[in-house]
Amino acid sequence: MTSADISTVRRSYYEATGRQRIAALLDRDSFHEWIGPRERVTSPHLKLFDVPVSFDDGVIVGRGTLDGKRVFIVAQEGGFMGGSVGEVHGAKITGVLRRALIDRPHGVLLLLESGGVRLHEANAGLIAVSEILHALLALRAAGIPVAALIGGAYGCFGGMSIVAHCCNAIVISELGRIGLSGPEVIETVAGVEEFDSRDLALVWRTVGGKSRYLLGDASRLVPDDIPAFRAAASAALLLSRALDLENLERDHECLAVRLNFYGDCKDAEEIWSRMGIISSRQVALLDEAELVELAQSLPNRKVI
Amino acid sequence: MEHLEFDFPASTDSSRQTPARRDSVLVGVVSSGNLEVLVEQASLAGGCRVIVDTSIRGYGAIWQAVLADFVKRYRPRDVQVSINDAGASPAVVSLRLDQAYEDFQGDAA
Repeated sequence: MTSADISTVRRSYYEATGRQRIAALLDRDSFHEWIGPRERVTSPHLKLFDVPVSFDDGVIVGRGTLDGKRVFIVAQEGGFMGGSVGEVHGAKITGVLRRALIDRPHGVLLLLESGGVRLHEANAGLIAVSEILHALLALRAAGIPVAALIGGAYGCFGGMSIVAHCCNAIVISELGRIGLSGPEVIETVAGVEEFDSRDLALVWRTVGGKSRYLLGDASRLVPDDIPAFRAAASAALLLSRALDLENLERDHECLAVRLNFYGDCKDAEEIWSRMGIISSRQVALLDEAELVELAQSLPNRKVI
Repeated sequence: MEHLEFDFPASTDSSRQTPARRDSVLVGVVSSGNLEVLVEQASLAGGCRVIVDTSIRGYGAIWQAVLADFVKRYRPRDVQVSINDAGASPAVVSLRLDQAYEDFQGDAA
């Protein structure tokens, strides 16, 4: 294989670990980690449950450069306890956001992959999520853009989905999923008749990247390719949307319009049909660029 | 959980030792059937220490065998290896150790 061939091979974001994503997203060798694995700041709670800890508690945080501009970065590792937010995990994310308020980097990238609060750590995890939200909103109020990147195997659910929606922009791939309650949680609580979490087509057309992009929940849809995420993240940090009353009221108006147009739909396919998409099969078969083109041509698509 | 520690004394055969290019390396993830391996430089009188925290009890002899193979392959000097294991099979442990140690020594190219 020649080097030209290698450069055209996709580098899957989905399959990479948090560390590999950071290394491939930022400028080469620019990443400097804070509270790295050698410091062994591990969860104080997991030992009580006799389960293994991780040296970084499932989240990698630090600073680096993206196209030469200084950014702070957070990457959750979905493989460790589903990317769940424990006390240490959450404190590391909050720390980065608070430091960004002082150091004022060009922007902050949140590579989110999480099922939400780590149930073993209960209240400590819940408090951690509220601290992350508080620090994130303070940062946005100060005009520092924060972009969420979602494309990992574990999706982005629970508290971290709220965090994602408080960012300036969400960059997502088709494989990415975002929702407040995950499919298995809905099935457990409301029954399999309400939501069958093993029906993968249902799961993806409800919480999957293409569906979220069509609805306007995600601002950018990219292929499952780290360089594509990198380019979209770089562009997303250029758009700093003020966190003020005027924009909040506009967002609420858009949500009201959306509820009015799609509120009685029972399935994403009905929503797509009202947007003007003729065949829902079309959505599944189009690649990212084609879907973006289709979305922008739909006269009845109501998005923020 | 089971905590295990293994000390391998300094090897007299220095022909295969490669100096480390990095202070430390972490590879792998603590997910089911997987493990994370942290390799660090440490002052151990030329020896190698391996510290294992595993969710599966009673496999000390298997760990000893897999780690002895690793030490025989690379002859690590003044190296500490720390492992958080979530039930990885011996073959997976062996591959992760190779991956970690090769990263630790850096790209030869």
